[in-house]
Amino acid sequence: MSVTLAPAEPSIAGVGDYVALMKPRVMSLVVFTAFVGLLIAPGRLHPVIGLTALLCIAVGAGAAGALNMWYDADIDALMARTAARPIPAGRLAPGEALAFGLTLAVGSVVVLGLLVNPIAALLLAFTIAFYVIVYTMWLKRTTPQNIVIGGVAGALPPIIGWAAATGSVAIEPIVLFLIIFFWTPPHFWALSLYRTEDYARAGVPMLPVVAGETETRRQILRYTLILAPLGAAPWLLGYAGALYGVVALASGAAIIALALRVRAEQRGYAASKQMFAFSILHLFLLFAMLLVDRLSVGLVGHLPA
Amino acid sequence: MSFGGVTMMSEAMTEAKNKAEHEWKPETGIKLTERQQRARRARSIAIAVSLGVLVVLFYIVTLVKGPAVLVRPL
Repeated sequence: MSVTLAPAEPSIAGVGDYVALMKPRVMSLVVFTAFVGLLIAPGRLHPVIGLTALLCIAVGAGAAGALNMWYDADIDALMARTAARPIPAGRLAPGEALAFGLTLAVGSVVVLGLLVNPIAALLLAFTIAFYVIVYTMWLKRTTPQNIVIGGVAGALPPIIGWAAATGSVAIEPIVLFLIIFFWTPPHFWALSLYRTEDYARAGVPMLPVVAGETETRRQILRYTLILAPLGAAPWLLGYAGALYGVVALASGAAIIALALRVRAEQRGYAASKQMFAFSILHLFLLFAMLLVDRLSVGLVGHLPA
Repeated sequence: MSFGGVTMMSEAMTEAKNKAEHEWKPETGIKLTERQQRARRARSIAIAVSLGVLVVLFYIVTLVKGPAVLVRPL
C-alpha cells in the first residue's frame, strides 16, 4: 500500500475528505434501497426508529467505503477513475482512514443494535464484513467473479431495512436482494468494458481483462436476461401493484434491448456507456415505483369510505 | 551564620533556576501550518457535532421506546 504522508506529519485532511471516504454516491443508493425495504415491511414503525435505522445503515455503508479505500489505496492510485481519492491524492493518511472506518463500523452496528433491533445490527455487521473482507481483501484482486459474489454486500440493504422494521427476514426483501444481486454484474461489467486499461494497469482481474470483451458482452446479456423478469417479481408475487408491473416490464424490455446492443457492438463503447447509465435508472425506477406503490396504498387506506 | 549561608545558597539556586526558565529554548514540538490548523479545527467541530447528534438521538429514542411519550398513530 502506498503511504503518501509521513506518520508523524500533522493531517491536512478536511471534513470533505472524510465525507469522500464514505463514498456518498454508493451510500445514497444503499440508503434508498434500505428505505424501500423498510417501507414495504408490514406493521408501523415509529418514524424516529425508522430514521435511526437509516442513519445507522448509511454510516455502516460509509464505514465499508472508508475501509475499502484504506485497503485499496495502492490500486486506486493507478486508476484514473480513483486516483483523486483522498488517500492516493495524499490528503489523508491510510491510518486515519482505517481508524475512521473501524470507528464508524463499530459505532453504526452498536447503535443499530441498541436503538433498533439486534437482527438488523447483525445483518449490518455481516454486510460490512462481507464487503471489506470477502470482496475487498479477497475476491477483488483474485477472481473475475469479484463483483458477482461481492454484489451480495450491495444487495443486502433492503433486507436490513425490512429487518429493522420487523425484526425478521421474509421473501419480499429477498426478492429485492436478488434484483440488486443480478443487477450488479451487468452494471459494473458495462463500466469495466470501457475502463479495461485502468483495471489491467492496477492488476484487478475484471472480466474484460481476464476473459476479453466478447465474453463480457455475452455475460452482460445473460445476467440481464435474469434481471429483467426478476424486476417484475414483486408484482407477480402480489406485493406491488399493476403500475409497478407495467414500469418493471417496460424498463426490463429496455434494458434487454440495450444488453443486446452491447452484445452486438463491434466498435467503440457507446452501447456499453448507455447500458451503464440506464442500469442505474432501471434500478432506481424499480425501487421508486415500489415506494410510490406503497405510499399510494397508504393514502388510499386513509381515504374515507 | 550557618543559617544565613543556607539562605544565600538557596536564593542563588532559585535565581539560577528562574534565569534558566526564562532563557530562550528552541521549539521542540510540531508547529502546525495555518492549513493544518484550519483542517484540525474543522475536524474537531465535525466530531463535536456528531457526538451531539448521537446524544440527542439517544435521548429522543429513549423517549420513544421508554416512557413512550412520542408513540402515537400518524
